[in-house]
Amino acid sequence: MFTKEEIAQRIAQEIKDGYYVNLGIGIPTLVANYIPKGINVVLQSENGLLGMGPFPFEGEEDADLINAGKQTITTLPGSSIFDSAMSFGMMRAQKVDLTILGAMEVSENGDIANWKIPGKMVKGMGGAMDLVASAKNIIVAMQHVNKAGESKLLSKCTLPLTGVKCIKKIVTELAVLDILPEGGFKLLERAPGVSVDFIKQSTAGRLIAEGDIPEMRLD
Amino acid sequence: MINKVVSGAKEAIDDVSDGATLMLGGFGLCGIPENCINALVEKGVKDLTCISNNAGVDDFGIGLMLKQRQVKKMISSYVGENAEFERQLLSGELEVDLIPQGTLATRCLAAGYGMPAIFTPAGVGTEVAEGKEIRNFGGKDYLMEYAFDADFAIVKAWKGDTAGNLIFRSTSRNFNPVMAMAGKITIAEVEELVEAGELDPDYIHTPGIYVHRIFQGKDYEKRIEQRTVRKSGV
Repeated sequence: MFTKEEIAQRIAQEIKDGYYVNLGIGIPTLVANYIPKGINVVLQSENGLLGMGPFPFEGEEDADLINAGKQTITTLPGSSIFDSAMSFGMMRAQKVDLTILGAMEVSENGDIANWKIPGKMVKGMGGAMDLVASAKNIIVAMQHVNKAGESKLLSKCTLPLTGVKCIKKIVTELAVLDILPEGGFKLLERAPGVSVDFIKQSTAGRLIAEGDIPEMRLD
Repeated sequence: MINKVVSGAKEAIDDVSDGATLMLGGFGLCGIPENCINALVEKGVKDLTCISNNAGVDDFGIGLMLKQRQVKKMISSYVGENAEFERQLLSGELEVDLIPQGTLATRCLAAGYGMPAIFTPAGVGTEVAEGKEIRNFGGKDYLMEYAFDADFAIVKAWKGDTAGNLIFRSTSRNFNPVMAMAGKITIAEVEELVEAGELDPDYIHTPGIYVHRIFQGKDYEKRIEQRTVRKSGV
């Protein structure tokens, strides 16, 4: 079974040289720590920054320079700053190559729910609806099952949707899966020590497991 | 050139009356018009509709206006950092319209560009789409979203001049320039106010035509929501 860090590390392998990438809050933020050496990636922060750098050194925090998670950050050589409308404009125009975000539920046809639990949590969707509606490539980092052991990979989402038919790839603590254009979770890789049967039991939606499923490898 | 300078926040917001619709710049606590918010709290104006990406925190920013029950309705994309907000929302005291962040920004932009509406894919197939017109372009569905109509836009800039030209600093730019374009009356508070002619025209983010009142702000707290650092030498 994978830790959150290992999920992030596996997702980082999907990032290619020259990509502009938007990282969501939570596990996706950790992906920045595992970008392979020698690969040039520009991180977009939707509050209006391309070229997000690491956290500042202590004493160098700047209240005017934060990321979408409201954390103090730094810029890098080649960074640029812009307003919120342009930030979402470049997403809508599909200039951003890859979006990585978290989810509460994903369905077998690629629907995602990650912004609201009716009657309980009303934080809002932030930029998530814009991102999932426009991104050309989205990877979801999520827990396969909740704390009660119930699957979050469903035939149909039960929570209010963030976007429809938009998710193509999921990395969980148990597996790497693609969502097929015709629907269904196609099992690509399993976490070390996790059996295909266990993944089947943990997936409420339609799971397609054909042939030998290799273990995920972290280089 | 018209001199747009007013004495301070109190004078700038003096004609904001009960029931007004306000746009307030900022993302989280970054780039919020601190002086004007404090003046609105002091004035006690109420039944406000506030268009702002976030709602501050319990004891700072728009949170101060919420605490005094000055806000009738919030139009925001994310309000997760404010417990009082969540309480008023769940109890039904506060009306809230949660909308996608890009939609929020672009509805401001549309107002400033003189366009009545925009089409965006954000929210198609979700509860955000309920009751909205959908148009299909090139095989993809888009929601029609209207330009905002705000009585006042209240923004914070880094530098400004007496002609109302504004320059923002770093990510405190965020919603400020698009909101500055979108108010019937736009009020700008700035960290440094200079005479017209002192700012290079090539570096202006918001042309003064959009700004009706400007003043030298004071006592900026610039609170940091999430102070994250790395150890030196690592």
